Amino acid sequence: MTDSGITSVAMPKWGLSMRSGKITDWVVAEGDPVAPGDDLADIETEKITGTLEADSPGLVRRLIATVGEDVPVGAAIALIAPPDVPDAVLDDLAARARAVIDAGLPEDDGAGPVVETVEAGGRKVSYAGAGDSGDVVLLVHGYGGDRNSWLFLQEPLAARHRVYALDLPGHGTSAKDVGDGSVDLLADAVLGVLDAVGSDRAHLVGHSLGGAVVLAAAARSPGRIASLTLFAPAGFGPSISAGYVRGFAAAQTRRELKPLVGQLFADEQLVTRQVVDDLLAYKRLDGVDAALAALAETLLDGDEQRIDSAAAVRALGEVVPVTVVWGSADRIIPAEQASSVAAVAPGAAVRVIDGAGHMPHMERPAEAQAAVEETIARAG
Amino acid sequence: MPRNLTYREALNEALAQEMERDPSVIVMGEDNAGGEGAPGEDDAWGGVLGVTKGLYHKFATAGLRPVAELMFVDFMGVCFDQIFNQAAKFRYMFGGKAVTPVVIRTMYGAGLRAAAQHSQALYPVFTHIPGLKVVVPATPYDAKGLLIAAIRDNDPVIFFEHKALYDLTGPVPEESYTLPFGEANVVREGSDVTIVTLGRMVHTSLAAADELAASGVSCEVVDLRTTSPLDEDTILESVENTGRLVVVDEATPRCSIATDISALAASRAFGALRAPIGMVTAPHTPVPFSAALEDQYIPDAQRIVNAVKPVAEWRR
Repeated sequence: MTDSGITSVAMPKWGLSMRSGKITDWVVAEGDPVAPGDDLADIETEKITGTLEADSPGLVRRLIATVGEDVPVGAAIALIAPPDVPDAVLDDLAARARAVIDAGLPEDDGAGPVVETVEAGGRKVSYAGAGDSGDVVLLVHGYGGDRNSWLFLQEPLAARHRVYALDLPGHGTSAKDVGDGSVDLLADAVLGVLDAVGSDRAHLVGHSLGGAVVLAAAARSPGRIASLTLFAPAGFGPSISAGYVRGFAAAQTRRELKPLVGQLFADEQLVTRQVVDDLLAYKRLDGVDAALAALAETLLDGDEQRIDSAAAVRALGEVVPVTVVWGSADRIIPAEQASSVAAVAPGAAVRVIDGAGHMPHMERPAEAQAAVEETIARAG
Repeated sequence: MPRNLTYREALNEALAQEMERDPSVIVMGEDNAGGEGAPGEDDAWGGVLGVTKGLYHKFATAGLRPVAELMFVDFMGVCFDQIFNQAAKFRYMFGGKAVTPVVIRTMYGAGLRAAAQHSQALYPVFTHIPGLKVVVPATPYDAKGLLIAAIRDNDPVIFFEHKALYDLTGPVPEESYTLPFGEANVVREGSDVTIVTLGRMVHTSLAAADELAASGVSCEVVDLRTTSPLDEDTILESVENTGRLVVVDEATPRCSIATDISALAASRAFGALRAPIGMVTAPHTPVPFSAALEDQYIPDAQRIVNAVKPVAEWRR
């Protein structure tokens, strides 16, 4: 926000490789009042469709970008300002912003995100970083995901932290061999990346299986961990959608995969063609079938969860801030399990995001980001 | 980590990775190593097509999963007996006791001023023969995944590479991966007209679909990827949704993929069709040597647009 109270709403950067986006729908119109957290626009990227939320209050005074046009990341798409800001000032700003959009994408410098690799437990582990200063934050995805599942969080968190996202063994561009598929073997990758980036004090963020993995890593090396934020973590109750876990491992076609991936989200519209195609391309890599089959065994004992994370969170909850975030509409691991975390780790903060599914960090990124920032702040 | 590779490089990587993985994979062909470069360098070109560059020095040629490069598909007539009567029939005639895990890679297509004997799109001939699998990849990603699947397949596979696609660039994972045969790829979703196509014509059809979108016609573009096995379900499902079909095929029109797909839709999705089926193909002539005539011969985006419009506008 500037001194005059004008906020320029920028095309967000969702994911390290995003260069431009398209507005598919303006949720607000010129003249509408908005408060932080209100939906402003639906935005489509090459990879995904998401909703941009307001982060400051005011009146929507100008909508600059039009529906369907390609807008470079960072370009102003709207102006939010109090009613007393003169039209002439806004017209001038809007005209300059218009020129930026009209100038189109800057030449691709070919840099893109730098993907690094480290050997951990004899396996190649890939990770990508963003942000130049601040504490190290490491983002760990879940079963069948990869580092790109943090696309809505990594850049925004990187404004104040050094934020890394890794591909667990068996996923993304890391080695596909997962050995026995144990949580401990996956935790080796987390500790390996912390070694590689030279961190002795890191904030770990894990989703689902990745939640159990960061707990296991932290339990082995508690002195290096500053805080833990767990999104719908595995290991806090018997209930899990075994049908999803086995179905995802077995799915061979787009037709089989799409409805399964839909179960991850409260709003299945978020599952674009590109999301399904990327997952299918991943599943067709040599070794992925075997990796997912092994990890499904790690997750499941019959139709219930095999992983038990209670002991780890009990011990860690006494040393570092722990936050658990769950979507109330989670169809993979039910949100009731958040209370199990609170029962064993009384100091843990519990946030249930109303209406989100199993992917709160993709469905409600602003609230997810706030949860991570708040946990980091508690670590001091 | 996907990098951008050319279609040619993607094919080379698929061959090299499979030869590394399985020592019984071998490559054979005419002029698939060589090309004089710097002094002492004897494989500078990697053969005439460049697809097999480096393989001659890296891998010993002894084994059992041959990948033969037959250069121009136009030359394949000289070995029809081995392909049609032997390879294609072994599994069937020996009650499943014999398999023929051979891949024959070959170039097809017009556009390089190579005239009548070096420019044909002969995949319909091979698609006609039961016992052969026929693959016609359109992109570097598909080329690598389908070639690895072909090498691992126990049946004879005829693998068609369009000579004008070798320098096409696109993202290709470094790791090995396979794409299943008989799975068409909906490369563009649309609601008004289904365009079914394959190989190089996928790109021409996508260009036409862009142009048609600007005039309000939404095209779904289906890339067959393999003509045998054929993904009938994806074709029929798309036609059920749009009610209108145009088939785009670089081959000559008699007994072709275009007529085959048209017959499939007419017999199995007749109730859904709201317009006559359109076909965009080469004319029923040899490929001309004259550059001006060859340009007329190959279906281009404008011809596809001209064929789609009346189909889209047709009212019963």
